[in-house]
Amino acid sequence: MSELQQLKAKDFKSNQEIRWCPGCGDYSIIAGVQAVLADIGVARENVVMVSGIGCSSRFPYYMETYGFHGIHGRANAIATGVKVANPDLQVWVITGDGDGLSIGGNHMIHSLRRNVDLKIILFNNEIYGLTKGQYSPTSPQGLKTKTSPYGSVDAPFNPLQLALGSGSTFVARTLDTQPKHMKEVLAAAAAHKGSAFVEVWQNCVIFNDGCFKDWTDKTTRDEQTIMLQPGQPMVYGKDQDKGLKIDGFALKIVPAAEASAWDPTVDSAGPAFVMTQLDNDPAMPRPFGVFRSVRKPTLDELVHEQIGTVTTKRGPGALKDLLYTSDCWTVD
Amino acid sequence: MSSDTSEIIRQDDVTIRFAGDSGDGMQLTGTQFTDTTALVGNDLATFPDFPAEIRAPAGTRAGVSGFQIHFSSADIYTPGDAPDVLVAMNPAALIINYKDLKPGGIVLVNTGSFTEKDLERADCKTNPLTDGSLSGFRVIQEDINQRTIEALAGSPLGKKDVLRCKNFFTLGMMYWLFSRPIEPTLEWLEEKFGKKPDLFDANTRALKAGYNHGELLRLFQGRYEVPKVDNVEPGTYRNINGNQAVALGLVAGAELAGLKAFLGSYPITPATDILQYMSVMKNHGVITCQMEDEIAGICTAIGASFAGHLGMTNTSGPGLALKTEAMGLAVITELPLVIVNVQRGGPSTGLPTKVEQADLLQCIFGRNGEAPIPVISCSSPADAFECAVEACRIAVEYMTPVILLSDNYIANGAEPWKLPAIEDLPRFEVKFVTDPEGYTPYTRDAKLARAWAKPGTPDLMHRIGGLEKDARTGNVSYDPDNHQIMCETRLAKVMGIRDSIPTPTYYGPDAPDLLVVSWGSTYGATRSAVEALQKEGRRIGRLHMRHMYPLPYGLPEIFASARRIVLPEMNFGQLARLLTSEYPQFKFEQHYKVKGKPFFAPELKAHFRTILEEMA
Ligand SMILES: Cc1ncc(C[n+]2csc(CCOP(=O)(O)OP(=O)(O)O)c2C)c(N)n1
Ligand code: SF4
Ligand SMILES: [Mg+2]
Repeated sequence: MSELQQLKAKDFKSNQEIRWCPGCGDYSIIAGVQAVLADIGVARENVVMVSGIGCSSRFPYYMETYGFHGIHGRANAIATGVKVANPDLQVWVITGDGDGLSIGGNHMIHSLRRNVDLKIILFNNEIYGLTKGQYSPTSPQGLKTKTSPYGSVDAPFNPLQLALGSGSTFVARTLDTQPKHMKEVLAAAAAHKGSAFVEVWQNCVIFNDGCFKDWTDKTTRDEQTIMLQPGQPMVYGKDQDKGLKIDGFALKIVPAAEASAWDPTVDSAGPAFVMTQLDNDPAMPRPFGVFRSVRKPTLDELVHEQIGTVTTKRGPGALKDLLYTSDCWTVD
Repeated sequence: MSSDTSEIIRQDDVTIRFAGDSGDGMQLTGTQFTDTTALVGNDLATFPDFPAEIRAPAGTRAGVSGFQIHFSSADIYTPGDAPDVLVAMNPAALIINYKDLKPGGIVLVNTGSFTEKDLERADCKTNPLTDGSLSGFRVIQEDINQRTIEALAGSPLGKKDVLRCKNFFTLGMMYWLFSRPIEPTLEWLEEKFGKKPDLFDANTRALKAGYNHGELLRLFQGRYEVPKVDNVEPGTYRNINGNQAVALGLVAGAELAGLKAFLGSYPITPATDILQYMSVMKNHGVITCQMEDEIAGICTAIGASFAGHLGMTNTSGPGLALKTEAMGLAVITELPLVIVNVQRGGPSTGLPTKVEQADLLQCIFGRNGEAPIPVISCSSPADAFECAVEACRIAVEYMTPVILLSDNYIANGAEPWKLPAIEDLPRFEVKFVTDPEGYTPYTRDAKLARAWAKPGTPDLMHRIGGLEKDARTGNVSYDPDNHQIMCETRLAKVMGIRDSIPTPTYYGPDAPDLLVVSWGSTYGATRSAVEALQKEGRRIGRLHMRHMYPLPYGLPEIFASARRIVLPEMNFGQLARLLTSEYPQFKFEQHYKVKGKPFFAPELKAHFRTILEEMA
């Protein structure tokens, strides 16, 4: 098939039967990714999906692209190798809250700090799905699971704060229940040059059903969430009558007309960090959309630029020059 | 200097140990002496011995840094056993080294560093120069500090910097004593300090003064001459240490495969130099990534191999342990990957700067599941290049991870290496699949290597990973029969490597009384010991192993010819165990040493002699 012809979302589906539980949020995420890949018109052979281990990490098998299903927590490191070796590839990392923040937390923060050009989707269901329901590093304190029968005593991570703190150049959040919003966010991530960290709130119907219900339920969500739009005033509510105003190091609720505009492109991660603080305040709406989007040199660019510079300066090396150096001597 | 009338004593084989405080520049002195000695045409081998701490308190025993060079007018295989000459720059260096010296050996002591305070720092209750410790040695006492200060009178350098030149004064004395030219070091100084005239001038003056001092003062009974080796194979040579040789071999191996080298790594002694050397080779297209840990190191390498590069990673024991799970991933995804393990003393952090070869079984068996990985072992610095190329060959020809074993002794030891002609190197060009016709990820060739299609190739999109795959379609499969077939196929593929590797050569008489089997860096001491006994007419032979897994064909025939078989190993008999389980019909006797020090030829010779005498 010529890749020049316009591909449809279904062209990105592999012939493998999907094995997620019926109703799992993962279905909506894969549909979103397939639609976005078709929209942006990338050739399938130039896309690589790299994952770790978890329900979410089965993702690459279902995609008609190149795929690598790695080991638990190591997707970011494997993907770094793929991207640095061949920067022409569009490399996606598919990971879970356990995979990417627990066992793979180290690789996550380091790939973000290096700004490797990876599109990272963190499927956050606040639970270990594949191992059948243990609390994860994003589970709220008090969550009762098989390994926390009296309630988890661990304090959770806020994934967005972790990403911002690691210097991620693109940080966003979306939900499995809002396909349109998800596609916008994923398209922005795909267009970003550099590490793009996208947290997706994903419902695990089996082991943590409804954990995001306050923010996904049609009857409550409009009052409880705010969708950030770059350059637009921060307004929300069923009637779009409320807004957020930046007030020093905090945000306060104001009438829509007084809302500040949201700018994710400022160099400082400060405003984005302030925005994530809303998560801690039950009186405030939860923000979604792009928190931060700044352009910085990526690791893959820098590695190849350096190779280019050194090669220009020293000339392309031949194996012979490496072996036969100036400190050789000859015996006749 | 031709006016020198000192008596010339011809000697064919000399071992010198330079020892001083970490700050005394003994490594530099040693490498300069080595480079000059190579140019003179001697065969040589060197080994540095430095403390684990970067800067242990000055003058203490923990801070002693040593460098040993063995050079000869005949071929040699080890950095020497008991030194003939010890250069001791302070009491600590003297105390921890003099007992190794040959009886009657020469000790050159820098008395300038033997004050009460110096003795106290070295924890000496009495002064070893006067308490009789050195009886039986030829002791030459010289206040090298003072001589250096005198030689540099008028230098604009401060006293501290002046004193730093004492290693070059010492080097000058040793050049005189062993009739080496000072010109190569003068050229080196020019190159190094050309832009810093004060330093250039000071070190040059110190070197020359030391040389003249040897001549003028008649401190020594005469000067030695170690003639060059006569029957050296013609060719171009270069001094090389094991880590350099591995780095060069890996880069060469990638090129011979027609691939780009990608090294994912994390610093760890004694493997770090490989990353350092390869980081310089940017204009050869080599990509190096210093990652956040060893797991990320190997995982980036696996990712790079998936993308069509030759992935590599280097480490030492503790790091290898961390890479274990990812090695299994490379096995099941059947991607080429070279894993270098430069062994050091274990367990845990163990003896990070010392030698041991106790990771053999970990490398062969230390993974979950049936996860066969070929293992190759270098025997010396010069051998390491060829082994690294061989590791790359096997990795790409068989689509498999390969472990290359080295150790601290090989990594830091140096010897002359006869450079191969580039055209003579084996080529094993990789052909990526591009034709979608009939392609599945597990389509195999005659060697059972799977087809390698890299991302970016149209119509060959496929998925691989850690889950078991169907042998035919490459899709995830939990089928019990399929799993057994896949496990058997992966094993058969690795065992098939035997068709491409030689039976190790046996050296010795037919039907020997004793066969010595060595591997890794025990090569040199074993060869020296066995050859010495052979010269005495003993019926002893030897066999050195490069391919540790799979074992090459032809071994049982050799084993059967010997009355007894012994294996010297720097571990509790790991190869002996492996051979025992593989060839239970033979008795493999182990002989171990786990002291963080290599075997020395004389101790092996004594051990082999005892066995031979038991049998007589
Ligand atoms: C080294 C290792 N440790 C533990 C496991 C078991 N394990 C598999 S998935 C998983 C947690 C997955 O949770 P998450 O990343 O949140 O993914 P989800 O299943 O929720 O999508 C664990 C602990 C493993 N496969 N490998
Ligand atoms: S266990 Fe939960 S996360 Fe896993 S597939 Fe089922 S619903 Fe989805
Ligand atoms: Mg999860």
